[in-house]
Amino acid sequence: MRLSRRTLLTTAAALPTPGLFRHARAQSAPTLKIGCLTDMSGPYKDLAGPNAVAAVHQALEEYGVSGKGMAVEVLSADHLNKPDVGSTVARQWFDRDGVDLIVEVANSGVALAVAGVAKEKNKVYINSGAATSDLTGSACNANTIHWVYDTYMLAKSTGGAMVKNGGDSWFFITADYAFGKALQRDTTDFVTSAGGKVLGSVAYPFPGTSDFSSYLIQAQASGAKVLGIANAGADTINTIKQAKEFGIKLRLAGLLLFLTDIHSLGLDVAQGIVLTDSFYWDMNDRARAFSGRLSPKIGGAKPTMVQAGVYSSVLHYLKTASAMGVDKIKLDGAATVAEMKKIPTDDDCFGPGSIRADGRKLHPAYLWEVKKPAESKAPWDYYKLVATTPADQAFRPLDKGGCPLVRS
Amino acid sequence: MMMIFGIPGPLLFGQLLLGLINGAFYAMLSLGLAIIFGMLNIINFAHGALFMMGAFVAWMLLDSFGIGYFPSLILAPLIVGIFGVILERTIISRLYKLDHLYGLLLTFGLSLVIEGLFRNAYGSSGLPYRIPDILQGATDLGFMYMPNYRGWVVLVALVVCFSTWAIIEKTSLGATLRAATENAPLVQAFGVNVPRVVTLTYGAGVALAAFAGVLAAPIYSVNPNMGSNFINTVFAVVVIGGMGSILGSIVTGFGLGVVEGLTKVFYPQASATVVFLVMIIVLLTRPRGLFGRAA
Repeated sequence: MRLSRRTLLTTAAALPTPGLFRHARAQSAPTLKIGCLTDMSGPYKDLAGPNAVAAVHQALEEYGVSGKGMAVEVLSADHLNKPDVGSTVARQWFDRDGVDLIVEVANSGVALAVAGVAKEKNKVYINSGAATSDLTGSACNANTIHWVYDTYMLAKSTGGAMVKNGGDSWFFITADYAFGKALQRDTTDFVTSAGGKVLGSVAYPFPGTSDFSSYLIQAQASGAKVLGIANAGADTINTIKQAKEFGIKLRLAGLLLFLTDIHSLGLDVAQGIVLTDSFYWDMNDRARAFSGRLSPKIGGAKPTMVQAGVYSSVLHYLKTASAMGVDKIKLDGAATVAEMKKIPTDDDCFGPGSIRADGRKLHPAYLWEVKKPAESKAPWDYYKLVATTPADQAFRPLDKGGCPLVRS
Repeated sequence: MMMIFGIPGPLLFGQLLLGLINGAFYAMLSLGLAIIFGMLNIINFAHGALFMMGAFVAWMLLDSFGIGYFPSLILAPLIVGIFGVILERTIISRLYKLDHLYGLLLTFGLSLVIEGLFRNAYGSSGLPYRIPDILQGATDLGFMYMPNYRGWVVLVALVVCFSTWAIIEKTSLGATLRAATENAPLVQAFGVNVPRVVTLTYGAGVALAAFAGVLAAPIYSVNPNMGSNFINTVFAVVVIGGMGSILGSIVTGFGLGVVEGLTKVFYPQASATVVFLVMIIVLLTRPRGLFGRAA
């Protein structure tokens, strides 16, 4: 390369700048970094996705971080529903970008991978979107909190209610990965312990299946009374639509359904379906107030329980940061999670609650029924309450999960 | 009850029928791909995205203009076909002299862009599209409860596939098309505007994809990812049938639909892979595909 005076000068001017900049920032308050790792393009985009990132910003705004002398930076990324992509992003964030907390991660396979990375790097991971109860069971660790719901909660609330109403024989259509299998396993436990039977199941390839008719016909032929739909997002929508199309006589148990799924299905198809969510935007005054604040920022939509969970968990993390000091919270992820378990939780979405030793956040579970088109008075007015399971009974008992943190 | 391989007979017949229905979509999509590859030598990876666009255009026509399903069956392929013509004229036509790989990469990139734009605008949960009233309901076939709409799909797909085949193989228009691919300068010397023929062929292939998209809209939710779920299987169908073979893609499309349907009964976990297993076997034994002509 020919060296001219101009290139020499520009190189000299450019080189030290980043160093200076970093130095200047290091002298002011340390920056907390929150990474929202979610599905930005796949089947779970609507129930989590960009609106989950908006929920992180909502929490920062309401907590008033700048007024409390904190600087917080938010990153977001798409895990593409691939565990290898998710764990690579998590590693880069923790190692290179100095991220302190990862939130969300809708997809159980990716969530289990990220939980492992958070433990290895001693950072914090708060899951909202993934369902597998293994996150607080055999795969639990001191750096992970499971916030919104899990397969056990869904199985107990929806499965339990179905068996109680005479649905004592089941057939499962299951997404063939960590989440679907955990959901089928947990629901099977409830069905059999209540005296019911599982007559059969199919595990279909995930992702990439859009035709469920073959499995629906097999379910019909099995003679079961209840069809357990152990999948989520766009897959559940297709399963329910096609069950209606083929005149499937089984009662549909949507083991995991989100508000956005009902929105996409339309009440015409979805009416009468029973489902479990731990948050619904219209369930009380506080929830309505929160949804009213967030809704204009997410294109007029109403938040799902996952997005509410992201907001709620970030808020609790910030409270803990205030209590511990930002310097300390950046140093030790396990100590941060231990402190978060000591401080009671309270927010507009889930009300007062707590976090258990195994990392399970506790709050009530609600069984909802989807309204008939005539009963719905406004856009997004979809659910009516059927039953409530109190916080202390909604989740798997602490000693039954096999979490090593509890045994020690 | 009659049992076949330990499976009740009625269940097996039901699965065969369902396989044919899925096969109808494979056949229509792979047909468009075969035409485009045969005439343009372009491996059109944007096919899935254009299929998805067909469904979305039908949804938009209904949502914004109140135009129902049957007019959409004509209008949506026309609109998407015109979009295809613009794509061909402005971008794809620049690649004809290059290796296949460039066309593959370009159309793959185009499909990512198109799907990304739709995902940003409409989300990923999908939009509802009602089955037209006249095709609502179902017929009890004895061994299976058959939704009328799915029966309609199979009928329409058969008619469309075989008339396309007849046009290309049995008419003078088809003869011109085939001649243009064999020896473009000679056909041009006879006064045929070959570049225009090529453009219209691409447009027609794209319109076929969009037509399949409209047919699919009431069955699957109208979803930006609906094309990518199909496209890999459809490429396998084209390879198995023989690249560029029209009849091959139709027969293989329906055939593989049935094979996949049966796998869903015996070992559902493998239903996404069985097509590729068949592909490997065919490539090992007949590298030009089942219906491919020797070079």
